[in-house]
Amino acid sequence: MSRQSNRSTDSKKMNSELFTLTYGALVTQLCKDYENDEEVNKQLEKMGYNIGVRLIEDFLARSSVGRCQDFRETADVIAKVAFKMYLGITPSVTNWSPAGDEFSLILESNPLVDFVELPDNHSTLIYSNLLCGVLRGALEMVQMAVDVRFAQDTLRGDNVTEIRMKFIKRIEENLPAGDE
Amino acid sequence: MADEALFQFLHNEVIQYVNSAESGDTENGRCVSKLENMGFRVGQGLVERFTKDTARFKDELDVMKFICKDFWTCVFKKQIDNLRTNHQGIYVLQDNKFRLLNQLSAGKQYLDHAPKYLAFTCGLVRGGLSNLGVKSIVTAEVSVMPACKFQVMIQKM
Repeated sequence: MSRQSNRSTDSKKMNSELFTLTYGALVTQLCKDYENDEEVNKQLEKMGYNIGVRLIEDFLARSSVGRCQDFRETADVIAKVAFKMYLGITPSVTNWSPAGDEFSLILESNPLVDFVELPDNHSTLIYSNLLCGVLRGALEMVQMAVDVRFAQDTLRGDNVTEIRMKFIKRIEENLPAGDE
Repeated sequence: MADEALFQFLHNEVIQYVNSAESGDTENGRCVSKLENMGFRVGQGLVERFTKDTARFKDELDVMKFICKDFWTCVFKKQIDNLRTNHQGIYVLQDNKFRLLNQLSAGKQYLDHAPKYLAFTCGLVRGGLSNLGVKSIVTAEVSVMPACKFQVMIQKM
């Protein structure tokens, strides 16, 4: 009996309110600690990056997804597998650039903002910026440098929440000397 | 439904952030209280949602049982293993396999880091109780990882 088999995926699911509220507490604390929203956005992105770097391991171990052949496949895996696994939502992938190096994730609902209203004096705060960091960190660990940012956000009065992802370059693996 | 790994990573990141802002021994207490306060706020919100369809609690013990069973199950997916009380307002909740310590080594290696990983949960419990009309002080102690004890001292209003 391996340890893997008696751990059902269901036992991995938890109350998402705990996550949402904890995230809210973190953003609140950041807003107290930093003077301006730009700084808070930067911090959230940084934390997300740290999470993404670790989360990719968990993801690859549990999803048995192999290496992606192209950016389109990457987009599909992110939307259909990763978002579903971790947040229980499936964003749609749209707005491909002609070169195929840029796309948008449209989130119908964003679990992070379930109980959130932005006060007027925080109009430039990108509340869910953690997600950008997570995506960037995770993809960096699979040799992809990407640029991730929020193009639209329902919290700021847009109709949908849109995350724009742009492929920058493939990161070359540096083999240690003599490890050919 | 969110995934559990996500919460654990976020929790680690919160601890990391709060600690990086403070340094030195004197600041250690401040870190813990910052984390505790965050937990308090979250605990308040959670209890509001969990109890919106439940019957009113009979007494203090009833409230504590709710924390040990339903609340713990919702947050950590297991019940508290052992609840003890001296019937004078002190309760000890023992969790033999606390989820947030489970990722750390089970020996003595990280024992002095354990308080950071418990502060948020102390706040959770205090916040939960406070919204059920019970004022308390919650502290945690670890002697052997990953087991820990939360001591709840009820403050008379």
